[in-house]
Amino acid sequence: MMPLLSILIWLPIVGGALVLALGEQRANAARYLSLLIAGATLALCVPLYMGFDNSTAAMQFVEQSVWIETFKVNYHLGIDGFSLPLILLTAFFGPLVVLGAWEVVQDKVHQYMAAFLIMEGLMVGVFAALDGLLFYVFFEAMLIPMFLVIGMWGGPRRVYATIKFFLYTFLGSVFMLVGIIYLYNQADSWNIMDWHALPLTLQEQIWLFLAFFAAFAVKIPMFPVHTWLPDAHVEAPTGGSVVLAAIMLKIGGYGFVRFSLPIAPDASAALDGFVIALSLIAVVYIGFVALVQKDMKKLIAYSSISHMGFVTLGIFIAFSIYRNSGSMHGAGLGMEGAMVQMVSHGFISGALFLCVGVLYDRVHSREISAYGGVANTMPWFAFFAVLFFMANSGLPGTSGFVGEFMVILASFRANFWYAFAAGLTLILGAAYSLWLVKRVVFGEVGNANVEALEDINGREAVMLSSLAFMVLLVGLWPAPLVDMMHVSVNQLLEQIAVSKIN
Amino acid sequence: MNASMLIAAPELLVLIMGCVVLCVDPFLREERRGIIHMLGMLTLLLAAIITLRHEPAGAGQAAVTAFNGAFISDPMSDVLKLFAYATLGLVFVYAKHYLRTFNQFRADYYTLSLFALLGVMLLISANSLVMVYLGLELTSLASYALVALNRQSARGSEAAMKYFVLGSMASGLLLYGMSMVYGATGSLALPVIAESLAANGTDDVLLIVGLVFMVIGIAFKLGVVPFHMWVPDVYDGAPLAATLFISTVPKLAAFAMAYRILAVGLGEMQADWQQMLAALALASLIIGNLTAIMQTNIRRMLAYSTVGHMGFVLLGMLPGTATGYGASLFYIVAYALMSAAGFGMLVLLSGRGVDCEQLDDLKGLNRRNGWYAAIMLMVMFSMAGVPVFVGFFAKLWVIKAVLDAGMVNLAVAAVIFSVIGAFYYLRVVKVMYFDEPATETRFEPPVDFSAAISLNGVLMLGLGVLSGSLLALCTNSFLL
Repeated sequence: MMPLLSILIWLPIVGGALVLALGEQRANAARYLSLLIAGATLALCVPLYMGFDNSTAAMQFVEQSVWIETFKVNYHLGIDGFSLPLILLTAFFGPLVVLGAWEVVQDKVHQYMAAFLIMEGLMVGVFAALDGLLFYVFFEAMLIPMFLVIGMWGGPRRVYATIKFFLYTFLGSVFMLVGIIYLYNQADSWNIMDWHALPLTLQEQIWLFLAFFAAFAVKIPMFPVHTWLPDAHVEAPTGGSVVLAAIMLKIGGYGFVRFSLPIAPDASAALDGFVIALSLIAVVYIGFVALVQKDMKKLIAYSSISHMGFVTLGIFIAFSIYRNSGSMHGAGLGMEGAMVQMVSHGFISGALFLCVGVLYDRVHSREISAYGGVANTMPWFAFFAVLFFMANSGLPGTSGFVGEFMVILASFRANFWYAFAAGLTLILGAAYSLWLVKRVVFGEVGNANVEALEDINGREAVMLSSLAFMVLLVGLWPAPLVDMMHVSVNQLLEQIAVSKIN
Repeated sequence: MNASMLIAAPELLVLIMGCVVLCVDPFLREERRGIIHMLGMLTLLLAAIITLRHEPAGAGQAAVTAFNGAFISDPMSDVLKLFAYATLGLVFVYAKHYLRTFNQFRADYYTLSLFALLGVMLLISANSLVMVYLGLELTSLASYALVALNRQSARGSEAAMKYFVLGSMASGLLLYGMSMVYGATGSLALPVIAESLAANGTDDVLLIVGLVFMVIGIAFKLGVVPFHMWVPDVYDGAPLAATLFISTVPKLAAFAMAYRILAVGLGEMQADWQQMLAALALASLIIGNLTAIMQTNIRRMLAYSTVGHMGFVLLGMLPGTATGYGASLFYIVAYALMSAAGFGMLVLLSGRGVDCEQLDDLKGLNRRNGWYAAIMLMVMFSMAGVPVFVGFFAKLWVIKAVLDAGMVNLAVAAVIFSVIGAFYYLRVVKVMYFDEPATETRFEPPVDFSAAISLNGVLMLGLGVLSGSLLALCTNSFLL
């Protein structure tokens, strides 16, 4: 059998190195080669999806070989229902990012494209790694290209933003490193599946939970460690913001379901109130913060944090439901909602950042006040922008609705007030999204810049319409996505209902 | 030739070749000085061949001793010597470019380096306190002279003076400590000292005081806090060619010295030296990393970063286990390669009569030459301990060894200070990639220089991805 996962990881990385080797002079060759590689990676996801068996929670497409013999580190890959949707999401954004930079990036094109291709491979690696150390290597290595992307092609405060981004994430993840070494010492194995089965005392679990929490809470990001995200988003070039919002944030959510919950179920149960409280603060408070932003990218960044609050809420309400009813029935809805929310937010936030990018390329301002009445000069753009902002506020029929609805529904089983607070987002999300649309897209033509705007070109239309298609597809027909993860979710819920304290 | 000579054949070769280089030089005309470099490289190559060939001491095979047990050849000594040759080979290539650029290409550098290498090799193979002292002094004296290589430079002379005064003091303290240990155990041979301690116990004030003095000597050689004051002054004041040497090869010997004295000789006193090393390591991590942040001079920054790195090396030695020593060995080897590449890049950036000193000299390197910037990027991320570069694995195995020994607090402190340290490495990357260049001067290094630095840079990545084999080599050195 073809080592499909390895190919998905190494094709973009090796391809990125090739693009880098093309050099600065051959910018066009770099663009076409990158598109080819990203396209090929996406195409290879088709056999991955077709070959995936929905009916089992076991790891599939497993590859295993020895990496570092002395300490039993393996090159161990495999996917289940949690990783597959995120890998597909990552590959989907590959060609979009290349296209998005096609004419916009003119400086050091080969390095830009290479950074994104290498980052794509590393992110697939994060989702596919079943060896704890391999996961960590991918998880950290990913920071390097992103650091360079923000710092080299970013806005005026890019240096501050990118160093903050790097150090924040690095600080979070070194605690995880201590955690995984501890787990290796206990289990004598780096295999994440062995860690899932490892009995641990409550105290050990709490420390481990906090170590992993430090890494994933920063990554996703949760209140109050979210402050790097608005900075990074605002300063990053469009492609950087898209990847950051669409995929990198999801790694935090993925980390919770792959590591925190199954490795430390008792600690997760003990600390779920804390996580839920932070999630609800993110949903409500950050929603208000988003409302007052003057910068479009910042508004979307805060909206991302608020939406990620749904993800952590959906994941962690399982324990309250179990305590209330004595069974995990209904908890699955919350967790699946969280997963759907991650995928859907990937599409929507990616699309929103592309929309802002489209405007920014023309006017070179991200200030809301610099626009007004864009619909008059860019009707097609307005159509897409309104669709995506509607989806962002959770309009039924779009993907944004599905995840939020599932999480809110599930949280009723846990606690009425959880559901109430989470439900506020329907108002807040609509408020900041639609108010932005009103100020930017509709109304009278604001100024001469807007007067001179040209509507989206073919390249931009392809990007936005493919995203619009995905947003509507997941919104109207979420079944394939939910089926993909259903069995894995149930298996995880069974796993965490059993105490690991012996 | 008796058996001892055969066992110490690499040392003898280096000794002879050092003298040959010294004698050949006066007969060479200016334009044929390149022969000196060739001879230096040839020495390293031959030494490597001999060391590899006479490597009977694979895993499971006992080490062999020579000269009445004063000299030992074991797997660890072979590994360290081979890496010393390799690092010195890189250093020679970088230094040649530097010395030629600054019109200082004479045999002195090569002779002194070869004699220092001899000292390093003796130190690595020392099995008695006398040999330790002999190797240490040979390395030190040659290093002092290297620092003062450019006699017209006031800063160089000042640095050499500081280095000499402080270094002699440290040697004196070490010697004093040795005399106490000799007084307590009645022997200078490390294995005999170990036996004596095992038989008679370690509850002796004389021993404790002797240990303290010896730890000070070791700490000075490694350059750990609070005996680090000479490091930034020497790294900054010396000509780059000397800094290149001092920051790489002698560090390998300093690790060997620490291992030989503390683990082989005074292994019974682990409980005592463990506390001392823990304090030294922690202080180095804190002072080294925090002070490095303040530096605008890149050589001083790298000097303070070295202090931090040496803290990690000591951390690995704390548990007193084979995996711990293996991790430290891995770290010191990785460090030597990283440091060689880092200072090699500074050589590349030096020219027109000025050494590259300020961080700003690296401005916009990516615009001037993408490949060299990429090499420096790999070195910086490797030093910061970001996967998948070799520096990450070095830190990883040290932290693992520390956690194995149950010292969770130290492990957490180590990772926190590596995050703080990451900041100043990132700043170098920032200067290279995000700033505009002040000059567009093209680099025109000789072919061997660019080949060596490229290899050195690729090793950062290669030894990271394939760190398993280096790790096995290092760990197996201690599993006898």
